[in-house]
Amino acid sequence: MNPAKIYLLAPLALLMSLMVSAQDAEDILDRVDRNMYSENRIVESSMTIHGRRGSRTMTAITYSVGDEKSYTEYLSPPRESGTKMLKLENQLWIYSPSTDRVIQISGHMLRQSVMGSDLSYEDMMDTHKLTDVYDAEVTGEDTIDGRDTWVLELTAKTDGITYHSRKIWIDTGRYVPLREELFARSGQLLKLTELSDVKNFEGRWFPTTTLFRDMLKEGDGTEFKITTIKFDQQIPEHLFSRAALRQ
Amino acid sequence: MIKFLVKGLLRDKSRSRLPVIVVTTGVMLTVFMHAYITGFMGDTIEMNAKFSYGHVKVMTRAYGEEMDQVPNDLALIGAGEMLAELRQDYPDMAWAPRIQFGGLVDAPDQYGDTKAQGPAMGMGLDLLSKRSGEADRLNLAGSLVRGTLPENRGEALVSEDFSQKLQVDPGDEITLIGSSMYGGMVMHNFTISGTLSFGIEIMDRGTIIADINDVQLALDMDNAAGEIIGFLPGGFYDDKLAVEMANEFNRLYEDDPDEFAPVMRSLSNQGTMGPYVEMTKVWSWYVTFVFIVAMSLVLWNAGLLGGLRRYGEIGIRIAMGEEKGHVYRSMIWESVFIGIAGSVIGTGLGLLFAYIIQEKGIDISGMMEGASLMMPDMIRTRITPMDYYIGFIPGLLSTVAGTMLAGIGIYKRETAKLFKELEA
Repeated sequence: MNPAKIYLLAPLALLMSLMVSAQDAEDILDRVDRNMYSENRIVESSMTIHGRRGSRTMTAITYSVGDEKSYTEYLSPPRESGTKMLKLENQLWIYSPSTDRVIQISGHMLRQSVMGSDLSYEDMMDTHKLTDVYDAEVTGEDTIDGRDTWVLELTAKTDGITYHSRKIWIDTGRYVPLREELFARSGQLLKLTELSDVKNFEGRWFPTTTLFRDMLKEGDGTEFKITTIKFDQQIPEHLFSRAALRQ
Repeated sequence: MIKFLVKGLLRDKSRSRLPVIVVTTGVMLTVFMHAYITGFMGDTIEMNAKFSYGHVKVMTRAYGEEMDQVPNDLALIGAGEMLAELRQDYPDMAWAPRIQFGGLVDAPDQYGDTKAQGPAMGMGLDLLSKRSGEADRLNLAGSLVRGTLPENRGEALVSEDFSQKLQVDPGDEITLIGSSMYGGMVMHNFTISGTLSFGIEIMDRGTIIADINDVQLALDMDNAAGEIIGFLPGGFYDDKLAVEMANEFNRLYEDDPDEFAPVMRSLSNQGTMGPYVEMTKVWSWYVTFVFIVAMSLVLWNAGLLGGLRRYGEIGIRIAMGEEKGHVYRSMIWESVFIGIAGSVIGTGLGLLFAYIIQEKGIDISGMMEGASLMMPDMIRTRITPMDYYIGFIPGLLSTVAGTMLAGIGIYKRETAKLFKELEA
């Protein structure tokens, strides 16, 4: 081939390959969102926090509708039992039975740990679909626990997102994330999550165990296990009101 | 001869009045300055000891490594037993468990919704057992603006400025939102028993103080305390003693690899207090030294001038047949009496002024607005044993040294020339 033609075609080919890559990444994320997000769901879970002084487990039930409404009630241990959290769009309230007060969590309080876990309230608020808030790019392939994965790098489309960028390992066969690294704008790794025990629920794959690690604190992370999960249930609307917190 | 010389000094005011006044002034300034430096620097140390560091502090090793962040998740578990041990092993010390914490204080309106909210720094103190002396140590009763000290469980004190910001009064309920020992968010209600004004800007901004049992309950710290602080028997910080005690305590646990094993630290080994304690020692010595040297030079000079001023008198005495050695010795004895008299009067006056400032203090609160360091708003002097003798260094020694130097000239005078000099 004429070298001049090669010089002309090479950038074009590169551009096309990038477009295909971007398209692939968007498709992959879309498939992931279809697995991980639902119109509504009811989840019973246990959260085991592995701290420097030992581990403790608490259980909770969460009702959520889309990425806008969520109601969580802690069931055990006794000290936490009856604590409720309500998320409506970008607002979060917490009810503590010992004080009988409903207090809105805002500002820097959102960065506080949820029940001493490696999750912050900000993490709980961050329930957007990945495709809505991140631009994605496939940057490589890897294997995790014998499963082939794509490695995607995500960058926030707008400011105000909790984590400016993410690196996600997506199971190529089941379209669920198996590992995730969450970064600050500075590039510092803030959180690491490892997802496992992927199960099929009503035709969708879903990881039922997640190990969260806050990289800025010591400890062995927080293990979040889904005991039961039900999709597309009838959830009473009155649950998503501040009045429900005191009931 | 001594009686003769003293009579001479008393009757001839020109030989005694001015030298005594000069020596008195110098000694008074020396004594007062030393008490002032000791007081100002010591006050800052004691204030930090009372509010934060203690003279020594016992905590876990892990807590000690991050103590600036007040990591209650690394607190001392079994604090009650540790406190009993410390009281048994060091019975002369005053020990008290404490929990320092941060959080938000939320004041509700009549519907239970947030009326006002503000960040607070908190202290859990042993207030209700009446054994620890914490309320007296922090002068809580003297700092009360409204209400009373906590008398029942569930009561708390807040700073007066903070109460105004939150629009709350004694009797109102507030909610503390903080972190539990396990890192989770906790909420706990307190009833305000009273409001305080510490006169320390950093504390008046937003402080909440409650009984340690309530704070343990609020922060899920059953039988745990962030720290146990100890105060030396004399009430004043002695770095050498505190460091020795900490070393002795730490030797008991040096083979224990547990990061939650207890560790004792002296005040000088906590936070930024180390350099401050060192600076206090160095500056106290340095300023005192410079002042003593300066005053010594002044008084030496006064002694020198006194000797020279009496040039004619000495000439006549030698011409009349008095021995040079006798003249020299009598002048030195005179300067000794002047030095003693000036030093005694100067020390008395210096101690008097130092005592007044020690009791009354100088209010510098206007200069402390916006301060982020914990410093006293009143400058007070502190009279120490050294103040009773430090003035004699410039007052007596320098005066005598000056006279001795000036008196050397006596031996250089020739009898043959004396009349010529006197005629002139």
